[in-house]
Amino acid sequence: MKAWSRLVLLALVLVSGPALAVIETYEFSSPELEQRYQLLSAELRCPKCQNQNIADSNAPIAQDLRKLLYQQLEAGAGDEEILDYMVARYGEFVRYRPSFDGATAVLWLAPILLLLLGVMVAALTLRGRRGSSAGAAALDADDERRLRELLTRTEQES
Amino acid sequence: MAPRLKLFLPLILFAGMAAFLFRGLSLDPQALPSALIDRPLPEFTLPALGEERTLSRAEVVGEVALLNVWATWCPSCRVEHPYLVQLAASGVPIYGLNYKDEDAAARRWLAELGNPYRASIVDREGSLGVDLGVYGAPETYLLDAQGVIRYRHVGVVDERVWQTVLQPMYQQLSAQGGGG
Repeated sequence: MKAWSRLVLLALVLVSGPALAVIETYEFSSPELEQRYQLLSAELRCPKCQNQNIADSNAPIAQDLRKLLYQQLEAGAGDEEILDYMVARYGEFVRYRPSFDGATAVLWLAPILLLLLGVMVAALTLRGRRGSSAGAAALDADDERRLRELLTRTEQES
Repeated sequence: MAPRLKLFLPLILFAGMAAFLFRGLSLDPQALPSALIDRPLPEFTLPALGEERTLSRAEVVGEVALLNVWATWCPSCRVEHPYLVQLAASGVPIYGLNYKDEDAAARRWLAELGNPYRASIVDREGSLGVDLGVYGAPETYLLDAQGVIRYRHVGVVDERVWQTVLQPMYQQLSAQGGGG
């Protein structure tokens, strides 16, 4: 039980780091805007510190992008409009869910293809195993004769 | 023979994977392609550093030039600075974008270390920076004579970067500008 509570404490400490990193707060004119802000800032990736979204990052560029996001939301821009604005400047890279096109096709399709490949390999392996175990049981006459020969020879030698 | 070949399958897979990952070791994950390649330099109207005037797109555009994003808070900019001074002395037009900096510190920096810039655009809020897709300093953009962004280099411009990457493009663009 004690080990458990320690683990939980450790997890909490690890989780709270990025939450503390973000300092500024914005006053939104409606809770709906604030909700969209949370969603969009979690979906936009910080170009500088590449494995964080702009909500978690305290890099100067992430602060700037949060401010822009806030201003655009308050000015009444739609989600698509804001994402297009960001993509026009920072490329598809800035979205954690990039739109599907030639450059991102590999990204979107690779998991499905790998899954199919895995299923195929598993199916083939299972079928192959069933086939080979049946084959191993049935030695042909020639092999059986050699086997008996070898066994009797070792018996005589010992 | 076929079953024996099948035994090599894991090795082949491993070799492919290793080659893939080894390639990844020498790639720079920070080097993002700019979204603005082959797009015109965005419009702006911002003050000039140390001068009583504003700069706009028209003043920067006109010949093949470099636009260098710099700031006094950026240590790599200090590393890069002497080489920019050298480049400017050899006749390459360089414009500065003083990015999210303080005017006084920036003026002192140029007075102490030399000024390689034709002019420095003061972008205190980073607004032109956002329009350009700047995410740090130093960054260097190569502009053609029509003010179209042809290349972005993220990081320090030194002799190697200039000679292997920027200079060939710079010369090609200059030749095109002269011919047509």
